[in-house]
Amino acid sequence: MFAFIVRRLLTIPITILLVVFVTFIVLRVTGDPVQIYLDINATPEQTALLRERLHLDEPLIVQFGLFLWDVLRGDFGMSLQFATPALPVVLGRLGATIQLVSVALLFAFVFGVAGGIVAALRKDRLPDFLLSALAVAGQSMPSFWLGILLIQTFALDLKWLPTSGTGSWQHLILPAVTLATFLLPNFILITRTTVLETRSELFLTTARSKGASESSIMFRHLLPNAINPVLSFLGLQMGRLVGGSIITETIFAWPGIGSLMIRSIFQRDVPVVIAAVFIVSIAIVLANLLVDILQSLIDPRMRLD
Amino acid sequence: MALLNISGLTTVFETATGPVGAVDGASFTLEAGEVLGLVGESGSGKSVSAFSILRLINPPGKIIGGRVEFGGQDLLSLAPRQMRAVRGKDISMIFQEPLSSLNPVQTIGAQVMEPLLIHTSIGKRKARDRALAMLYRVGIPDAESRFDVYPHQLSGGLRQRVMIALALVCEPKILIADEPTTALDVTIQAQILALLKDLQSELGMAILLITHDLGVIAEVADRVAVMYAGQIVESAPVQAIFDDTAHPYAAALINSIPDRTRQARRLIAVKGNIPDPRHLPPGCRFAPRCGFAQPSCVTTVQKLTALDPTHATACMRVQAGELARPIPTLTPELPHG
Amino acid sequence: MKHSMFGKKLKMRLGGGIVIAVILMAIFAPLLAPHDPYDQDLMSRLIPPFWNAQGDWTYPLGTDNFGRDMLSRLIYGSRLSITVGVAAALLACTMGTILGMWAGYSGGYAETAIMRLADAQLAFPDILLAILIVAAVGGSALNLILVLGLSGWTVYARVMYNMTRSIRERPFVEAAVSHGARSAYIIRQHIFPQLIPVLTVVATLQVAQMILQETALSFLGLGLPPPTATWGNMLAEGRDRMWAAPWISNLSGVAIIILVWGINMLGNGLREHLDPNQRGRQ
Repeated sequence: MFAFIVRRLLTIPITILLVVFVTFIVLRVTGDPVQIYLDINATPEQTALLRERLHLDEPLIVQFGLFLWDVLRGDFGMSLQFATPALPVVLGRLGATIQLVSVALLFAFVFGVAGGIVAALRKDRLPDFLLSALAVAGQSMPSFWLGILLIQTFALDLKWLPTSGTGSWQHLILPAVTLATFLLPNFILITRTTVLETRSELFLTTARSKGASESSIMFRHLLPNAINPVLSFLGLQMGRLVGGSIITETIFAWPGIGSLMIRSIFQRDVPVVIAAVFIVSIAIVLANLLVDILQSLIDPRMRLD
Repeated sequence: MALLNISGLTTVFETATGPVGAVDGASFTLEAGEVLGLVGESGSGKSVSAFSILRLINPPGKIIGGRVEFGGQDLLSLAPRQMRAVRGKDISMIFQEPLSSLNPVQTIGAQVMEPLLIHTSIGKRKARDRALAMLYRVGIPDAESRFDVYPHQLSGGLRQRVMIALALVCEPKILIADEPTTALDVTIQAQILALLKDLQSELGMAILLITHDLGVIAEVADRVAVMYAGQIVESAPVQAIFDDTAHPYAAALINSIPDRTRQARRLIAVKGNIPDPRHLPPGCRFAPRCGFAQPSCVTTVQKLTALDPTHATACMRVQAGELARPIPTLTPELPHG
Repeated sequence: MKHSMFGKKLKMRLGGGIVIAVILMAIFAPLLAPHDPYDQDLMSRLIPPFWNAQGDWTYPLGTDNFGRDMLSRLIYGSRLSITVGVAAALLACTMGTILGMWAGYSGGYAETAIMRLADAQLAFPDILLAILIVAAVGGSALNLILVLGLSGWTVYARVMYNMTRSIRERPFVEAAVSHGARSAYIIRQHIFPQLIPVLTVVATLQVAQMILQETALSFLGLGLPPPTATWGNMLAEGRDRMWAAPWISNLSGVAIIILVWGINMLGNGLREHLDPNQRGRQ
């Protein structure tokens, strides 16, 4: 088990290297860095200073090496918006995003799995049809539009909840629900599929032949075997979760990393953008690791790797 | 009074084109302490019969008729909770595929403990001890260290032993064994059969052994019931089945056992295939393939009738005395090769 | 025996119908749209749709903040959604299939490198890539297609990789190899045909995904710059006017849902059609 974790941890540096590499390529190589970091009104002195700071006169390899070195030391440069180092700015907003994401994830997982189980057990009957149709509709919908609708209904029309910002748990509801809908439909559909597949497994008959009750069969035999594909799927959805949180934070003015990223793009605050991208990538990798560990706890066959 | 009395068991499967019969009016009994072999080809309905006894038939299957009498009750009419009290405690079952029949994410120890926790109130620690003892009893060496191991970490033979352990841990009166050795290597097969026989005499239980392998029957069974196309066609003590065969199908089955003493002859297959369950002849279902069939066989309904207290046959011609017993296991009419 | 009313035939027909309708709408946009989608008429700003009391049949679905006709913008917007969606899916599909088949067939270094790359890309979701690229070179249709295409290849790669690997083991492939067939031939003749059904399903469903993602990127301002009429842009414009003019975002939202829902249904229907497990039920 320990060895498993260690092995997984060792792949992280490679991934990070790749992330840094791609970031570097996009930002230094695809366009003129000067244009990216400064705007048209830049003076020749500013341009010269930038060229020196970014070592733009050195060969690309050297530039990359220096870039990498900076990143590893946590030096992403100074934020152009806040005139403070970029990394701490990003880290400061991490908490709000984690809060939003965890609540949304919990919501999506619990209701998604429950919905999938109900749909599977009542296959081809009304509950199944409703849940499946709802799920497909949810998949087809731009979830941020749902967010807008929710604001229209609950905040503007009914005035039950605030429209944006943070402060109380009420502020968390709409954003969390909106973000959850990025994942909820797929959870329902995947759970439905795996429960249906697991239903025909022979070991369930064995359990029944021992005299086990139907609820015991569901929760001790069927679910533990059906849940792993759902978790695998969760791992793959990290990207969508990130995208979703960026959008959700933008709609609801939630003070997390996502809204920071968008604002920084339009402000051309490139150091913050790079730092944010970096942090998010690491978070995704760690989250995947967590999912892997969880999976191997549930299914011992996965520990073999 | 038989321990288990099955009469007229009928189980069908719903398909897009209507119900298809898998078991059609099967009747047989199981006495306390005996081993009854239920024999037939694939598709004969023997497994479905076994599953029907414990009501483990899932939709689209459905038991639509018959009685399964055990302990003075008809199992088919019990409420679900009462049925659950029987399963695993009075009547247990082991299955053909030990790997897919064990929960992959549960330790084997936990799986053997489960029936004890369901049916008794002895508590976890005592259950663990008894489960461990059972694992030793079924011949798993080093059971203590293997208690927390997972099914995929064991070999096929050991997995089958685990299944036997979990089926017998509550000391049931009847063990239904559905092709317990078919998926195993030949050497392991012999071990498992020996183990079953051993446990049977020690626990004094009856075994309903489902198999297509007459060799296994000869080894282990006390009595035999031969099944064809969902019906019992002959039932007799094991010796009588071989020496005093009273049904052409049984004879054909015996005939098809590869026998090393008959090296000069080729393998004799039973010609034809089992009938399509949707298009069954009204009379004897074996008649189309039978070397002894008369035109009237196809149209007259056959019934399993006793020839003497221990031996019954469904063959009309044998009952009428037209066919002599034992039905020769090698006739000119049965094709060679 | 119960037959599901909501079986695959219904899905394919309904979904296919919607998709075809939208495609036709996109192709014949100039004929169908009552106005020029970029025509601003500041005298006619924020007119509600016809079912509202203040509605006006000249602008059946109302106008936006610049007096542009919603209906025309929606019709023209379909062009972009479909173009970007299909192009991006094609790009991703081509890249992913080639790489996936290569990895599955050759094994060795190619396999490790490609699959590692696919894994690593999990940590780099499309949004982040889009953010970076837009930060660097700005938004345009081509960039959108590139970004979406590059972010989507891993799905195909993984599926094709698994399938190629399992097919490669099959006896008929071994037979072909033993007859001296070259790899490219084997892949083209034997392996690829078996992959086509799965490919079709995945690609169809992915077009839907791409359209949604384009919408999302546009909504964030990372897509085509205004005044281009894309459904995502319209949604974004509508967001600031949710109270006063909810129809701007709602109509675009509905349009997106209908198209994507149609594509998803078509894809799901196709999948059920091709999946042997579910065949018996229908």
